[in-house]
This record gives sequence, structure tokens and C-alpha cells, in this order.
Amino acid sequence: MGSRASTLLLSHSQITRLYSRFTSLDKGENGTLSREDFQRIPELAINPLGDRIINAFFSEGEDQVNFRGFMRTLAHFRPIEDNEKSKDQNGPEPLNSRSNKLHFAFRLYDLDKDDKISRDELLQVLRMMVGVNISDEQLGSIADRTIQEADQDGDSAISFAEFVKVLEKVDVEQKMSIRFLH
Amino acid sequence: MALDKEGSETEQGPPAALRVPPGPSVRPGGFCRAGAAWRGVGERGSWQCSLSLQKGAACVAVLLQTPALCSRGWEMVSQPAQLPSEPGPPTGAAFCRLPWGKRGSAGRAGPDPIFHLSRKVTSVVPESCLLILLGLGLGGIVLAVAKKAEYQLEPNMFFLFLLPPIVLDSGYFMPSRLFFDNIGSILTYAVVGTLWNSFATGMALWGLHQAGLMDPGVKAELMDFLLFGSLISAVDPVAVLAVFEEVHVNETLFIIVFGESLLNDAVTVVLYKVFNSFVELGPAHIHAMDYVKGVVSFFLVSLGGTAVGLLFAFLLALITRFTKRVRIIEPLFVFLLAYVAYLAAEMVSLSSILAVTFCGICCKKYVEANISQKSRTTVKYTMKTLASSSETIIFMFLGISAVDTSKWAWDTTLVLGTLLFILLFRAVGVVLQTYVLNHFRLIPLDRIDQVVMSYGGLRGAVAFALVILLDGAKVKAKDYFVATTIVVVFFTVIVQGLTIKPLVTWLKVKRSDHHKPTLNEELHEHAFDHILAAVEDIVGHHGYHYWRDKWEQFDKKYLSQLLMRKSAYRLRDEIWDVYYKLNIRASWLEGTRGGPLALPSMPSRTSMSESSVTNLLRESGSGACLDLQVIDTVRSRRDKEDAVMHHVLRGSLYKPRRRYKASYSRHFISPDKQERQDKEVFRQNMKRRLETFKSTKHNVCSSKSKARLKEKGRKKSAAPFSNHPLQYLAAAPVLVMVSSDEEESNSSETEREDDEGIVFIARATDEVLQGKKTPGSLDVCPSPCIIPPSPTLAEKELPWKGDQADLAVYVSSETTKIVPVDMQKAWNQSISSLESIASPPGIETGAQHKRFTCPVLEEQPQSASQAMPEQSSCFQFPSHVSKSSRSHSDSSPDGIEQQELQPLMAAEEPSRVVSSAEPRWLIQFNRASHL
Repeated sequence: MGSRASTLLLSHSQITRLYSRFTSLDKGENGTLSREDFQRIPELAINPLGDRIINAFFSEGEDQVNFRGFMRTLAHFRPIEDNEKSKDQNGPEPLNSRSNKLHFAFRLYDLDKDDKISRDELLQVLRMMVGVNISDEQLGSIADRTIQEADQDGDSAISFAEFVKVLEKVDVEQKMSIRFLH
Repeated sequence: MALDKEGSETEQGPPAALRVPPGPSVRPGGFCRAGAAWRGVGERGSWQCSLSLQKGAACVAVLLQTPALCSRGWEMVSQPAQLPSEPGPPTGAAFCRLPWGKRGSAGRAGPDPIFHLSRKVTSVVPESCLLILLGLGLGGIVLAVAKKAEYQLEPNMFFLFLLPPIVLDSGYFMPSRLFFDNIGSILTYAVVGTLWNSFATGMALWGLHQAGLMDPGVKAELMDFLLFGSLISAVDPVAVLAVFEEVHVNETLFIIVFGESLLNDAVTVVLYKVFNSFVELGPAHIHAMDYVKGVVSFFLVSLGGTAVGLLFAFLLALITRFTKRVRIIEPLFVFLLAYVAYLAAEMVSLSSILAVTFCGICCKKYVEANISQKSRTTVKYTMKTLASSSETIIFMFLGISAVDTSKWAWDTTLVLGTLLFILLFRAVGVVLQTYVLNHFRLIPLDRIDQVVMSYGGLRGAVAFALVILLDGAKVKAKDYFVATTIVVVFFTVIVQGLTIKPLVTWLKVKRSDHHKPTLNEELHEHAFDHILAAVEDIVGHHGYHYWRDKWEQFDKKYLSQLLMRKSAYRLRDEIWDVYYKLNIRASWLEGTRGGPLALPSMPSRTSMSESSVTNLLRESGSGACLDLQVIDTVRSRRDKEDAVMHHVLRGSLYKPRRRYKASYSRHFISPDKQERQDKEVFRQNMKRRLETFKSTKHNVCSSKSKARLKEKGRKKSAAPFSNHPLQYLAAAPVLVMVSSDEEESNSSETEREDDEGIVFIARATDEVLQGKKTPGSLDVCPSPCIIPPSPTLAEKELPWKGDQADLAVYVSSETTKIVPVDMQKAWNQSISSLESIASPPGIETGAQHKRFTCPVLEEQPQSASQAMPEQSSCFQFPSHVSKSSRSHSDSSPDGIEQQELQPLMAAEEPSRVVSSAEPRWLIQFNRASHL
């Protein structure tokens, strides 16, 4: 447990609490969570991006996630502490770094994992988020506009670098962190 | 065959547009001239005068509009650095400081207009300081002349009239997301901080008194000092705003200090009242119960005030939902109900500031969605103006009141002690609270933030008004307290106000970074919110995002349904809003920057032309019912988009002039209102129709809904004019305006061209349309040589999206559009009369009118085939038009011209419409020969 905590930078109490949450979610009691376990969370079912976020917990091809994977994913959302900002850059980048937070969000868009958000991928997410009020046509123009705004190399897709660039003014450290478990 | 012809026409459209003389030159020219307008603003003073002298009222409207246009333009234009037509420095200086320019997190303006004549002075000295000094000077003059101080800041006047506008303004324009993001910290500082400051200051002063350091003339007990502490320790919203607006610290810091200053009112009020009553009772008569009562009353006052505010916010939102027919008084409701909330809270001794603040914060979302664009503008400007005026008056009166030495009683120890203690205890309080809060805050407040927060604790007019309110008979040391308060207020506002800017610069405090959200930011931040809410769910931690998510669900499910108009509710989507704003901003830049606007619609280009081709195929083959249905869905969406675009654009461009007109000539309001209703009806109908089309796949349903819509549209639009457009035109008083204005417009046209870039484009499109019409009808096929990428539909329909619109594509793609004819009429009439009412220049009116009618009208021929039978029974269409559209329904181009020309001329020259069909053809040919 201690070694995990050091890589994930989660404190002991955080891990303890996460573990209790993990077990309470694990209805099959087999030490892993399936997609169904996640989908049982009522609020998640109505979250427009719920499915994408659930998917983010599962590595490719897997349909189970153990506690370690569970923690790994959630560690992205740990706020960046003051003392970490000045930490040496030599060690492995912590999961909750700005870049990793952004990459987590980026992967929600990037379904085919080609490190690019294509127009279709963007459209899908858009469609999830805006509800029925807006027509496909309008969504299409929003997507085009979004890509055009971010696209720098002219490939009509948003690469991760472009994604980072376009969000450089956004306080990602704050907006992708939750104050869970103090 | 038809397909081929259609296709070739589609391709040949753009060159036609290019070959039309005014076409290619006008559009860039329009933008250039728009740019020139910015440059020209510097010289506005000169030609404004001559202009207004010449043209009288109509041109005054133009003038009124100019600043708004320019400030808007400046905002938009200033985004990219590489702007060719950079506005001159005076323009920027003058207009980016206009009260409605977005400055500061709360977007509020200080009393700029007075002192911003000199940038140098105000860049160093806050206006509040200058105003106080001015007040001192004025007061001194009055004192010297009248030998006694005549004027004073009356507490009643202050609390009843001067404070509410400021608080309402700050509440209404409060960045609510930011506010609620930090609500925990704000509340802590407001409640705990203020309590701590009051007690600590009061106790320490009492200690000084007990130690015998004070003048024996200061006859005060512990309770007196606590009372004084309570009134002197509250951070003042007016002063904080006035100073922090100019400092531009980052939003979080601003909202914490400012939010604290607003919310600590409840604490201040309670403490003040409790201690006041204690002083009046005398220490001997205070029982333990009274302390308990004091604590209870705090909750009562704060929560009660908030509840009153929420109640009135709810009422206000509900009322504005039903003001569709009384648009004129919409702004009145906003001010009235907010003020009633203030008075109601004040009357029952609840926290009135809290009431107005929360009323403003909570009603804004619904009110803004419900009221019309004009009302929104009115509310915004009026609120800003009122708040700025109040602020100016308050600070001036502070200065004036200070010279009244009869109320002064100086005690150096008291003054210095108070100054020291409020600074010290504020700093201590902030540090202690921040230490605790940082354990809970996501982004901890660092040391620099704490310094600014401590130093930014300005005292102001509230403290002064409260100390004046003290009863001199009961509070023996009132005069000392008054003097001390004045010194403290002056010290904080002047000394701290002067030094906080250098301090912030010196400490390198994170400044606010104001940029309009890009689409990406908006989009991804939405995604972040969802992600965080989901992660909180997964972790099982019911944190902030959980509750925010819950609230939004609740709001979406119940509140918005209840408090928003259906139309507003449907259209509301933040991403979409941002998209619109960006597009409109881009449209300003298009001329200078190679048109980013054209790009977004590029991919849809192919699909649209495809659909139009297939549509044509199917239409010519079958009875066109099913296919119409399919493509109509596409078209109507696009059309809705266009309609919204129109509204947004028109709303943002012409509103000042219209607003002026509305208030200028009262008798024009009623037709204006009627037309607005018609337009509203039309818009709603379009939306409803869209919904129906989305949900159903059968033509039957659509025609049914169409019929229903038609019914409604007719019912609502029937009142002031009969169904026949000619009668309407003859009857409408508007037209007199048009013709009279037309003469004026000739002379003033050049100036106006400089003024309005967008209008120019509109006309360009219009001319291009006319130009292309002719080749189409004469079957002159334009040579297909110069074909830029074929324009998107948007380019064709939206004037600002491209002027190479061509008729051929209209026909192919637009034929599928079903627009009930009477709805069109309502639309046209409303637009034309609206425009003619609103815009003094007659020629422009015509152009705009044409521009707006075009998208709708081109859909006519198709609907003629389908909707005509229905129409003939229920609605009398001008005979020549219906005839022509019927006869030409198979050869659509001619039909379109007929349809299109009709309203064009109706707007331009009412007399010609009266004449038969031949003159119209003549006109058309005339136009052709022009080109």
C-alpha cells in the first residue's frame, strides 16, 4: 500500500477511503469493478459524459478494473499541492499534473486513440453535452468552428498539443481537481 | 435534365455574383469602411455636430448609436493584434472605458465619466479619491459662503436611494459561477471575519480607553466601543468596488473581497442593531436572553434577507416570463421588484443588502432569457448608470459631509488607535481564516493574496451613514466616533486606494486575464464540469460539483421550465451562445482577416449541395411530400439558425438606435410592439415547427402543424392590419416615416456608411441578389470560369457570410422550405415596419428589409405548390403574387423573383406595389439594366 501511495501520491487516509468506496461499489465482491458496477451509480447514469468517464477507468480490452486501476484513474483529480509545484522535475510526472489532467480529458474525446480529436469524435461529445435543443447542423458548425479554432497544423483535427495550447489560459489545475478526501 | 440545369446554375452562381459590379467590391469595402468608422470615431465630435444640426432627430439616433457600436466594435476588433484598421488611441481610450465596457469581474464601472477625461490622473488616483476631494472642495466653498455646512450625507437618503442601485448592480452582474465557487470562503470572511473585526476592534479600543490613553471627553463604555467597532469594521462594498475595479486583480481575489463586502452587511446590521439597543438599554438592563436574541437575530436577519431576495427573484423571473406583450415595461419590473425586495427587507429589519444581492444574482439568468434584447440593454445601461451615479454622489457627499466641523470631536488616540486596529485585526483575521480555509480550498490563497485581501478592506459610506445614525443622546461619544469614522473612511479610500495599485504591481499579484471564452474553452470546461461531477459520484464524495450538478438538474427540470419562456428555454445553450458570439465577432473581422466565418460551414457545404440536388430530383419526380419533409428538416434548422443569427446580429447592431426611437416617439411604440409580437410569434412558430419536424417523419403531421401555426400566426398578427399587405401598408403610419426619412438619408448617407460596416454588407448582398436575379430570369447563363468554392448555404442566406449568393442554389435548396405565406407576411411586415420605425435612413431601411426578407421568401415557390390551396381559403394573398407564384411554381426562378420583388418594393416604395404586375417587371428590368 505504501509504495502505491508514493507513486499515486495519495495519502493513507485517501486510499483507505477510496478502498471502502471501492468495495461498496463492488457488488460482485470479486475485487474488481465492472462497467455495470459503475453504471449503478445513479448520478452517473444521468451524467452526459458518464459512459466516457466509466470507460476511462478501463484499460483497453479489459472489462474489469481492480483497486489499483481505480486509484490510478482517480489520482488524476487530486489537486496539485503547493509543495509539489516546486518539486524537482526529474522524477516521473505525477498523475495529477496539469498535463496528465488534460490528457485524461483529451482521451475522453479521442475514442480511436489516434491522439487526435477528429470532427466526428468532437461531434459525439458535443451531442452528448448539448441535449436535443440544438440541431445536428448547428452542432456541426460548432464542431467545425471548434476544430478550426484549435487546429494549427491544418489536419482538421485537434492533436493533444493543440488541445493543450488552446486551453493554456484555463486554470486546469483547478477545474480538473476535486477536493476529495482530506 | 432539371438536375443538370440546376447543377450548372449552382456552379455559375458565384461568378454571377462576382461579375455584378457592386458585388465583389462592396463586401470588402463594407468592412474597410467599417474599419474606417472606427478610425473616424476620433473625429466624431466634429461631424457629429454638423450632422445633428442638419438632420435633426433621425440623425441623433445615429449618433446615439455610434458610441455603442464603436465600443462594441472596439471590443471585438481589439481581439486580434494584427488588425489593419486599428482604432485610433482616442477611440480606444474613450470607449473601452465606457460604463458598459466589460471591466472588472463584476463588469461594473466606477464613476468614470467624470474623471476619465484625464487618463493620467486616473491611472494613479482612483476616482473615489478624486470624488471625495472634489466633495471636500465643494463643501469647503459652501461652508465659506454659507458659514455653515448645508449639506450632509443623510443616512436615510443613503440607505433608501443611494445604496440599492449599487448593490443591485453588483448583484445582478455578479459572476455567479465564480461567486458560488467561492461561496464558502466568502461567507467565512464575511461572517467570521466581520465578527472578529468588530469585537477585536471594540475591545482593543475599550482597552485603550481603560488604560486612560484617551481624552476624558470620550465618554464611552464597553458597549459603545463595541458598537463603534461593529460599524467601523465592515468592509464597504462601494469603496471596494470603486478601488478594486481599477486594480484588476484576478477574479478569485476580487470576488472574495467583494463578496465579503456585500455579505457582511447582515453581520454589520445585526451587530449594529444589537449593540445599539444594548447601549440604549444601558449595561445594567441586559440579560443573558438578550445575547441569545442577538445570536438568533443574526440568523434571522441574514437568512431572512436572503429569503426575501430569493422570493422576489422568483417573482421577477415569473413576471418577466409573461411580459411578451408589454416589452416596454420589462426593465421597469426588474428595477421595481428588486427595489421592492430591498424595501421589504429593510422594513422588516432584515438585511436589505443581502436581499437585493441575492435577488440580483438569482433572477438574472431567467430574466435575461425572458426579456427582449432591447430590455436587456436597457436594464444593463440603466443599472450601470444608476450605480455609477449613486457611487459618485456617495463619494462626493462623503467629502462634503466631512467639512462639517461642528460634528467633529477629535481625539488623536481614538483615531490612531482605530486606524491601527482595523488594519491590524483585519490582517490577523485574514491570515487566520485563510489558514483554516486553505485546508478546504481547492486552490489555496497564497500569501500575496492575503496581503491584498487585508489591505483591500476598505471602509466607506456605509460606516459613515451608520455612525451618523447614532443617537447622540444615548451614545455620548458620537462626535468622536463621527470624526474617527470620517478619518478612517478617508484614510482607507484615499491612502489605501492610492497605494493598492502600486502594491499589487509590486507584489506581482496575478492580474485578471480578460479574454472572451473561446469555443474550445467553453466546450472543454463544460466537459471538465461533467467529468468532475462524475468523478465525485464515483468517489462517493458529495462535494461542490455534486451539488452544482444536482442544482443544475433541478434547475433544468423545474425552475427553468417554470420561469423561462418556452422559446428562451429551448434556445438556451451556453456553447451555442459562445458560438454565436464568436461568429458575430468574426463577422466584424472577416473583411480584414480572410474570413474565419466562412470556414466553419465549409464541411456542410458538400452535404448541403448534395441534399439540394437530391431534393430537386425527388421533387420533380414525386409529389415531393416525403422528400420535402426530409429536406425541410435540414432547411428549417438552417433557417432557424439564420433567424437566430439575424436576431442576434440585428439586436447587437441596431439596438441603440431602435431604443432611442422607442423612447423618442411614443406613438410609434404600439405598432412597434405589435410587430415585435409578430416576430416573436414567427420565431416561436418556426421553433415549434422545427420541433414537430424533428419528432415526426410524416408529412401529414407537418402540414397539420403548419396549419396550426398559420392559424396562430394569423390570429396574432391580424390586429393592426388586414390581411392584405397593401391595406396594411396604406394604413401603417410607419411609411410616412420612411418616405420622409428617405430625403434625409440621401444627404447623410456617406456618414452613415462610415458608421456601419454590417449594414453595408447587407446591402451588398442585396444588390448581388438583384443582380443575379436578372440573369436567372433572362436565362443568361453566367460563364462558369471564375468559380470560387461554391458558397455554402449560410453564405448565401446570411448577408455577412458571403455576398456571392446566387439564385440558382436558392432555388434548388430552398424550394423545399415550407413557410406559410401569412407567416412570411407577418415576418416581412414586422421586419419592414420595425426597420422603418427604427432606422431613420430610408435607403438603409430598404436594404435591411430586403436582406431579412430574402431567406424566407425564397422558400415561397415550393410552398406555393403545397401550401397554396390551404392559403387561398384562409387568407387573401395579393392576387398577382399568388397568380405568379402558382404559374411559376414549376419554373421556380421566375416565381422567386416575383415573390422576392414584392416585399422589396413594399418596403422601398409602397406606391409601386399598388400598381399592377407590369411596373414591377419594369422595375426589375430597370435594375437589370443598372447592372
